[in-house]
Amino acid sequence: MSINPKTLPRPTPETRHFWEGARRGELLLQQCESCAQVYFPPRPFCPECASRQVRVIRASGRATLYSYVINHRLPKWIDAPYAIAVVELEEGPRMMTNIVDAPQTPEALVLDMPLEVVFEPVTADITLPKFRPARGGAR
Amino acid sequence: MKPGSVAIVGAAESTQLGLVPQLSQIQLHADAALNALADCGLTPKDIDGLACAAEWPTELAHYLGITPTWVDGTMVGGCSFMLHVRHAAAAIAAGLCSTVLITHGESGRSWVGTQAMQINQASLAGQFELPYGVLGAPTMFTIPVLRYMKEYGLTHEQLANVAVVQRQWAARNPRASQRDPITVQDVLDSKIIAWLFHVLECCLVTDGGGALVLTSAERAKDFPTRPVYVLGTGESVETPMISQMQDFTSSRAFRVSGAKAFAEAGIRHADVDHLMLYDAFAHLPIYGLEDLGFVAKGEAGAFIWEGHTAPGGKLPVNTNGGGLSYMHSGMYGMYALQESVRQLRGTAPAEVPGAEISVCHGVGGMFGASGTVVLGNQRP
Repeated sequence: MSINPKTLPRPTPETRHFWEGARRGELLLQQCESCAQVYFPPRPFCPECASRQVRVIRASGRATLYSYVINHRLPKWIDAPYAIAVVELEEGPRMMTNIVDAPQTPEALVLDMPLEVVFEPVTADITLPKFRPARGGAR
Repeated sequence: MKPGSVAIVGAAESTQLGLVPQLSQIQLHADAALNALADCGLTPKDIDGLACAAEWPTELAHYLGITPTWVDGTMVGGCSFMLHVRHAAAAIAAGLCSTVLITHGESGRSWVGTQAMQINQASLAGQFELPYGVLGAPTMFTIPVLRYMKEYGLTHEQLANVAVVQRQWAARNPRASQRDPITVQDVLDSKIIAWLFHVLECCLVTDGGGALVLTSAERAKDFPTRPVYVLGTGESVETPMISQMQDFTSSRAFRVSGAKAFAEAGIRHADVDHLMLYDAFAHLPIYGLEDLGFVAKGEAGAFIWEGHTAPGGKLPVNTNGGGLSYMHSGMYGMYALQESVRQLRGTAPAEVPGAEISVCHGVGGMFGASGTVVLGNQRP
């Protein structure tokens, strides 16, 4: 899937670690040191208890397919219908992504199927975490 | 706030709805505002409170010649107007102003005098959703539905049927954009937009506007129109990111807003004669019926299938045809409020005979915000 520069993430000071991690092939979450909540998307405090004592943790990369649609109303830079999915990470948080290495069809994309993260370099700065059907390869 | 202490005395839509390329967005606001003021015999000079979304109150005050002592530019998407009603009622009750004008106008189809909203690439949604090919509401608002279907056994036929029932209402409304009857099969055979959603399960894209005038219940009796009392209101927000919605089968904002409005009005579900559930997509009335407590979790698809929300049913829902068949300029909440007012005045084309209490429930963003207004034509 080619990319429109107007849809690329612009990292902020609070999210830069996530994008640097993705570039290294690491999916990074955060965990509260006060209440142990694991959360995403990034922010320098816990959304559960508001503690600023939080640390960055590396996710296993294992997830399940939580829900999705297959977009058929295509932007001009994309040539075939594609799934926009939400996955549930093994650690709990959910994130939006695309499913790669699988036909973009309801038959191939079954809810709760196991997935694993892969990293798709888009520009020198930005690598997008995406997910594929599990092969037991995630960290 | 005491139920019924504030009333809607003026209400109107823009003169034309649908395809209105001869008016810019701000003129759609003004057209609706002038119609609503004429409805209750006022002029802009009589207005001291002003609320609007999609344009700044400053723009509207200047354009209409209003000198407000209270303004509200709350913009949380399509239910902003429900919040405006709530805030206006509180402001009037607190004495901050006496006569509030709420305006809406949107050139959602013709794009005259407006520009597309863009997701900020540095926002959390811009960083963590936009790169994955989301392209407007049809590719985001629809995402939770597969999960709902798996959890509760909702069938695609039941989902498609929401659009079928609303078309039955639209057929009774001369101002509805789409009035020809459709079947479940027609919906399932229509063009796929974002599987599993077909075009007939997605809202229309139109131009239009609407406006409301509110004042105290004491003053309301001096107006030529039948007062529609604000009995209870609620509001809440959850998240601008559909992927971060807590529960894909239920909206927290709906639950919070709905419960607050019902409690404030002091009504039970059996008291509700008429219900508007903002329907940007076919699943919205399903979530609305459940999250507001009209049916138990997982039962709404069957409830609609059994005809309870259709013409002749025990709970008439979206009697103008809704966003799916009446009109949808982008922020539909104002048109839902207009239909509640028409039903309580006895002027709706598809009239619910003897309706005394109408609940009008809106969504903003993609399950991001919610506003609920309980209206009645009897002062408690």
